[in-house]
Amino acid sequence: MSRENTLVTAQWVEDNLDNDQIVLVEVDEDTTSYDKGHIRGAIKLDWTTDLQDQVRRDFVNKQQFEALLSERGVGNDHTVVLYGGNNNWFAAYAYWYFKLYGHQDVKLLDGGRKKWELDSRELTDAPTEREQTSYTAQEQDHTIRAFRDEVVAAIGTQNLVDVRSPDEYAGRLLAPAHLPQEQAQRAGHIPTAASVPWSKAANDDGTFRSDDELRKIYTEAGVDWDKDTIAYCRIGERSSHTWFVLKEILGQDNVKNYDGSWTEYGSLVGVPVALGDERGEA
Amino acid sequence: MCGAVEGGLSLEGVNVAKEAVVQGQVTRGGEPVPNAYVRLLDRTGEFTAEVPTSPEGHFRFFAGEGEWTLRTLAPKADPVDRSVVATVGSVAEVTISL
Repeated sequence: MSRENTLVTAQWVEDNLDNDQIVLVEVDEDTTSYDKGHIRGAIKLDWTTDLQDQVRRDFVNKQQFEALLSERGVGNDHTVVLYGGNNNWFAAYAYWYFKLYGHQDVKLLDGGRKKWELDSRELTDAPTEREQTSYTAQEQDHTIRAFRDEVVAAIGTQNLVDVRSPDEYAGRLLAPAHLPQEQAQRAGHIPTAASVPWSKAANDDGTFRSDDELRKIYTEAGVDWDKDTIAYCRIGERSSHTWFVLKEILGQDNVKNYDGSWTEYGSLVGVPVALGDERGEA
Repeated sequence: MCGAVEGGLSLEGVNVAKEAVVQGQVTRGGEPVPNAYVRLLDRTGEFTAEVPTSPEGHFRFFAGEGEWTLRTLAPKADPVDRSVVATVGSVAEVTISL
């Protein structure tokens, strides 16, 4: 993979607003953003209700994902272009999710909703109507999804990349600073994990940095390009952004997103935790 | 709990005693700016969080103790940086004029 076949610009999206082959999908942390205004023709996916099981902590299953996309009018042959707020955190999460269920042609709008807004491009509150489809998903691709046992096994052996802010990594904050800090889990990071905040991969306007800049950032942080990599954050969305960078822009093999992330790891009994700015020992 | 500071964002539902709140409003020519983005940078200049402003131009962060920088991005404006000190148990109110 490379940025040429995984990223599109805001101008490209504007030029393709009437292309029936393309389905624009907005996914935001603030699930009301779409309702206030969205790119013309875009549909909404709500990450809390559409993409999460409503009882267990897990994703919707294959049949539920098929029903969701069929009802929203997304077909297997459509090019899905995702965008959202927070510099595309949740759009990148949805991108990873579409890949998890085997959708062939998915792209991210570089810079997401922020870039679109900062460019003063048009948003509308007009509802989007699409014809239903009959969507068929694949079984989950676990070559891109990490679970807790392999994360523990990766300590000191694989690249672990903690993409949260430096204060969350060190244990000084428990959540991103736009959220209240009272949380159940312990503070800190997985020992040996490199701290590479997701934001290092993005420019202020939310677009991704150049390939050379990106490769340099992860190399300087100690990522060994010959090893497999697991990225994590707090709940798995910011790490989807980094997964996208490593796997889809830089074309690394064997990159997984740990969607359990710190809210799972920091609540596990008996696992090692490192505090402070240093990586810690295996 | 006390009400909001005059002109500020309501603190209803926020446990101010346990949080180091940084909040405020982005304005241009005295009018609220609803489509701006405010980023919270830590003492080393590293990104920590970002929020879009509300329809009334408001933003809020739950920071840690210490010095922070607020960087505001908005259409047709240069970025504006403002320093702020956050303390647990208090609310730092910042008005950002573009």
